[in-house]
Amino acid sequence: MDDTTRLTNDQSIKLFIQRDYSEGTAVKFQERFPTELEGRIDRNEFTGIISEINAIFADAEALSCKTFMENCCACLTGYLLLLCMPTHYEKCVKRAAKYIAEKNENVLNHRGIFMVDPMEKGLRCIEVCIANTRR
Amino acid sequence: MVRKWEIIESKNRFYCDGRCLTGRNIGVFILALVLIIVTSGLFFAFDCPYLANRLHPAIPVFAAIIFLTVICFIFRTACSDPGILPRGTSDEILYLERSNVSNSPQSVALPGRTIEVQMSSGHVIQLKFCSTCKIFRPPRVSHCSLCDACIANFDHHCPWVGNCVGLRNYRYFYLFLFSLSILCAYIFAFNITHVVLRAQEKPSFIDAIRDTPATVVEAIICFFSIWSIVGLWGYHTYLICRSITTNEDIKNTWNASRPGMTMKNPYSKGHSCLNYFSILCGPLPPSFLNLRAIVKPDDHINMTRNAMMNTNNAQDLIRYQHEENRRTNNNRVYTTMTHPYSERKQNSYPPRDYV
Repeated sequence: MDDTTRLTNDQSIKLFIQRDYSEGTAVKFQERFPTELEGRIDRNEFTGIISEINAIFADAEALSCKTFMENCCACLTGYLLLLCMPTHYEKCVKRAAKYIAEKNENVLNHRGIFMVDPMEKGLRCIEVCIANTRR
Repeated sequence: MVRKWEIIESKNRFYCDGRCLTGRNIGVFILALVLIIVTSGLFFAFDCPYLANRLHPAIPVFAAIIFLTVICFIFRTACSDPGILPRGTSDEILYLERSNVSNSPQSVALPGRTIEVQMSSGHVIQLKFCSTCKIFRPPRVSHCSLCDACIANFDHHCPWVGNCVGLRNYRYFYLFLFSLSILCAYIFAFNITHVVLRAQEKPSFIDAIRDTPATVVEAIICFFSIWSIVGLWGYHTYLICRSITTNEDIKNTWNASRPGMTMKNPYSKGHSCLNYFSILCGPLPPSFLNLRAIVKPDDHINMTRNAMMNTNNAQDLIRYQHEENRRTNNNRVYTTMTHPYSERKQNSYPPRDYV
């Protein structure tokens, strides 16, 4: 019962930017501009943030020599190597979280927007909260 | 201090304070473990001394290495998160109900709606709504009723390992099958060698067997298991080269040809070797669950109505969230921007335990 008032009260709106599965199961978020953000933030700026997040995750999931060597070495040590150092994917996830935090602080919060790290939701969607909507 | 693994809704069991998780029924897993350990134990106790003396001392050394590899991989498969997707929160469900995210009309309740995705390869995939997890299932995700969770890249639920096999532990499962096949073949081969060598020294074959009854026991176990293990390994090699999961193979997703269109697997990279290496050595995401995060007992932040009216930006809201939960009976106005613990994580990214 509590939760229904969260979205319907005048103070805030939550919207969820869904995943874009058109290119397979790779992590990619839809780069369309939600109508609820109209007037709050420049269209290109917002989609630019989403594309940068997509680029970070594309880098995480890329099949490079580095990932290949990392996984081979990990396998040879019986995966004990993974206990000692973070993988490339984990580093990218941290990079994305840092990027979102930095964008929140510099750009989004001033306009009453708050973006949540998609890793909280299991990379299913990016949660965007909008404060103090028009009455 | 409550950690997320203590309140999560699924049928998994958690160990080591949220560092390991298995499925609900681990009886068959214990049986598999006992079989492997007992057979290898008998091999080391009864065959190795004779073979080390008679043939070469490296024989038990290799056996030990393979045995340790098998144990390492079976525990890695059994105790790691297969790729469980976290369930949808109530905010998400409300948003999905109201928005036009899916291709079905708004009058249809969520469980009846589907999302159609037009892939760049030309396929049209239908994403269904999972009533238990309250999410639209992404492609290749399936709900396992034994674990009661949606698993990414769901392959199958393996009772021998006591866990689902999915995105995050498929390579460990495959390497477990591979190393176990080698161990089985190794033990079987050296059992035969042992009995044959002894038979050369003794007057009759039966005497040789009477000297080492354990060898016969091991040989029988290995003989019966080798067919299924090697068979399963070969089957999974075939699946990997085609880049399809067991689930898709059973449902014949990519074989069914429609009139005028043959379904080519959109997830395949074209070449078998490329598929093989990308699945076994490709990048692996960390666990989506973050089981060891500390959860506040309450999700809602209470704020006074007055304070809320005056906020123009999210900064104030974020500041409010750092306050302790104050549940007053009178001023129960709450609007959370986000869960408090996740907001904290946003600012100072505490180390996540990657299981």
